[in-house]
Amino acid sequence: MKLQEFQAKRVLSLYGLTCPEGRVAITADEAQAMAAEIGAERLIVKAQILAGDRASAGGVRAAGSPAEVGAIARELLGKPLVTPQTGPEGQVVHRVLVEAAIGVARELYLTMAVDGATGTLLLIGSAAGGSAIEQRHRSGAATLETLRFNTRGETLGGDVAGFCARIGLEGQVARDGAETIRRLHQAMIGLDARLIEINPLVVDAAGALTVVDAKIEIDDNALFRHPELAQLRDDDEVDEIELEAQRHQLNFMQMDGDIGLVVNGAGLGLATVDMIFDAGGRPANFMDIRTTAKSLDIAHGVGLVLDNPRAKVLLVNVYGGGMQACDTIIEGLAIAVRRKGRALPTILRLGGKNEDLARLRLDSFKLPIVELADMAQAVERAVAIAHGGM
Amino acid sequence: MSILIDRDTRLVCQGMTGWAGTFHTDRMVHYGTEVVGGVTPGKGGSTHIGLPVFETVREAMRATGANASAVFVPPDSAARAMIEAIEAEMPLVVVVTERIPILDMLRVREALVGSRTLLVGPNSQGVLSPGLCKVGVMATGRASVGHVGVVSRSASLTSKIVSQLTRVGLGQSTTVGIGGDPVHGIGFVDCLERFFADPETEAVAIVGEIGGTEEEQAAAFLARHGMPKPVVALVVGRHAPHSRRMGHAGALAGESEGGAEAKIEALRAAGVRIVPSPHLVGAVMRDALGAHKPQVA
Repeated sequence: MKLQEFQAKRVLSLYGLTCPEGRVAITADEAQAMAAEIGAERLIVKAQILAGDRASAGGVRAAGSPAEVGAIARELLGKPLVTPQTGPEGQVVHRVLVEAAIGVARELYLTMAVDGATGTLLLIGSAAGGSAIEQRHRSGAATLETLRFNTRGETLGGDVAGFCARIGLEGQVARDGAETIRRLHQAMIGLDARLIEINPLVVDAAGALTVVDAKIEIDDNALFRHPELAQLRDDDEVDEIELEAQRHQLNFMQMDGDIGLVVNGAGLGLATVDMIFDAGGRPANFMDIRTTAKSLDIAHGVGLVLDNPRAKVLLVNVYGGGMQACDTIIEGLAIAVRRKGRALPTILRLGGKNEDLARLRLDSFKLPIVELADMAQAVERAVAIAHGGM
Repeated sequence: MSILIDRDTRLVCQGMTGWAGTFHTDRMVHYGTEVVGGVTPGKGGSTHIGLPVFETVREAMRATGANASAVFVPPDSAARAMIEAIEAEMPLVVVVTERIPILDMLRVREALVGSRTLLVGPNSQGVLSPGLCKVGVMATGRASVGHVGVVSRSASLTSKIVSQLTRVGLGQSTTVGIGGDPVHGIGFVDCLERFFADPETEAVAIVGEIGGTEEEQAAAFLARHGMPKPVVALVVGRHAPHSRRMGHAGALAGESEGGAEAKIEALRAAGVRIVPSPHLVGAVMRDALGAHKPQVA
């Protein structure tokens, strides 16, 4: 789960990190009024979307007066913002964050993330933070320093003082930097975060450190111990349909083709998508029925596919394993068809646990189903139907 | 022969008294696995499906001589169960539980440093040495005894691969699910080393997917150490829908995008034969084995 910038800053403030004074507005008038309340000479208006590289896309702008803040907010709110990280369709801006501008002497980059390959927490820092850090890193203009930690906050092969020196911090600023890193680690652990990225961490003329932008990604698997964070989930983050599918023990993503997919297991799902493309077809969706899904959950998933007007054919590729039986999936399929009153030509490939039982049940449902024994044949047939043949 | 588990495996199930633990313990017993007991805190001293239940892993090991554990404990306490088994120096721990918090898995990895435990999983279907022993939840109907080692990140795809191998008369020495989670126990490289050292394994099939660096690590290992036995690989997700990225940390840390094409290229460059699609694994494996006679169950 990703947090919006304003949420991330509030949370980091609780861990003792300094953030600029700011307010969140959902209308331009509100933004203008809040700018007046903040009362700063220079203000910043920041579009709140769950993607980075906003500045280059005009999503972060300076203003000299509350009226100017209102005008910028009016331009941003309700419209999609396209950045290099959003994809071509962009993300619609529903809120703006209005902040007092911070005097900048230097901009640092400071991030902690879970590194899966080594099973450690990786701290990444740069003396040259700010926008376009990736491009500047590639061109050699920004060098990076790293330091690994365990969950107890101990460093692994290196020390924090040396790290701070390498990102150009000295004296009291270095001591404050070390304290910032300690709190960053505490926040990672306390929040069950997978990522906390501070960019930039600003050093002002007096040497004080301020978090000017932050991204936080919370581990979805740990939300059971953070009900207060679970409430912050932004409905924009995930597609409504995908979120509802998650609640039904399904991983579901809409794609733009015409072959509806019902598959159990992520690996088999990905393999099926690859095979459809290789055979010249286009999937209408990706689906991974998790082992915990019951027949009503599966019915929900099949229903999502039947609701898609682009879907011309349904390809059901099921491998019953120890945790998921074929007949459960067939039952879900039948319930969905009955509920939706729409049946698509269906190509079925069944294997594994309870496949015979699944066939018995299938006979009683009288659905327009063709069963093929081979996955490649099943894919080819589905592609042929989608292309208008049988 | 086989790797990780065989006829000498004596298994305890952590979380045996729960629904999944009960069901799958029973299945494992029926397969022929020597299950010697279960561990459920608070239920020590009782008997469940005819097996003794112990309070702790240490106690179970002392009483039964168990040398492997299967973990069916729910995600909120699975890490505690794993760390308990590691501290008791259980030689092999196989974790089926999925959706374990990632920081909990970092804590488990810290407990593994310097320990003598081999961890398989989490989010693994388990380990199967056909005809000898099953530790996990996989279906066994299509598995057959033979000489191909299978190591996989995906449970559903392993079933498919095993079934395809059996269909062309290639049985399996052992199939290992290393699990689908980013932070896990043993990986492709550990399994390749063991399959290469196992005299009964004649070839290895790797089943990879997008994300992470397991496939790249396997490619680097094979490029460095060579391939004493043929290795084939299937990597799925070439056409996976893209997910939205956030922040720069992944790119800055030098992570690859985890794309299937890059993984396939790395494996191919290391001399691995690429299986373009799951249904072709039997044909590609037969080619790779060349003069070797296929093994019939």
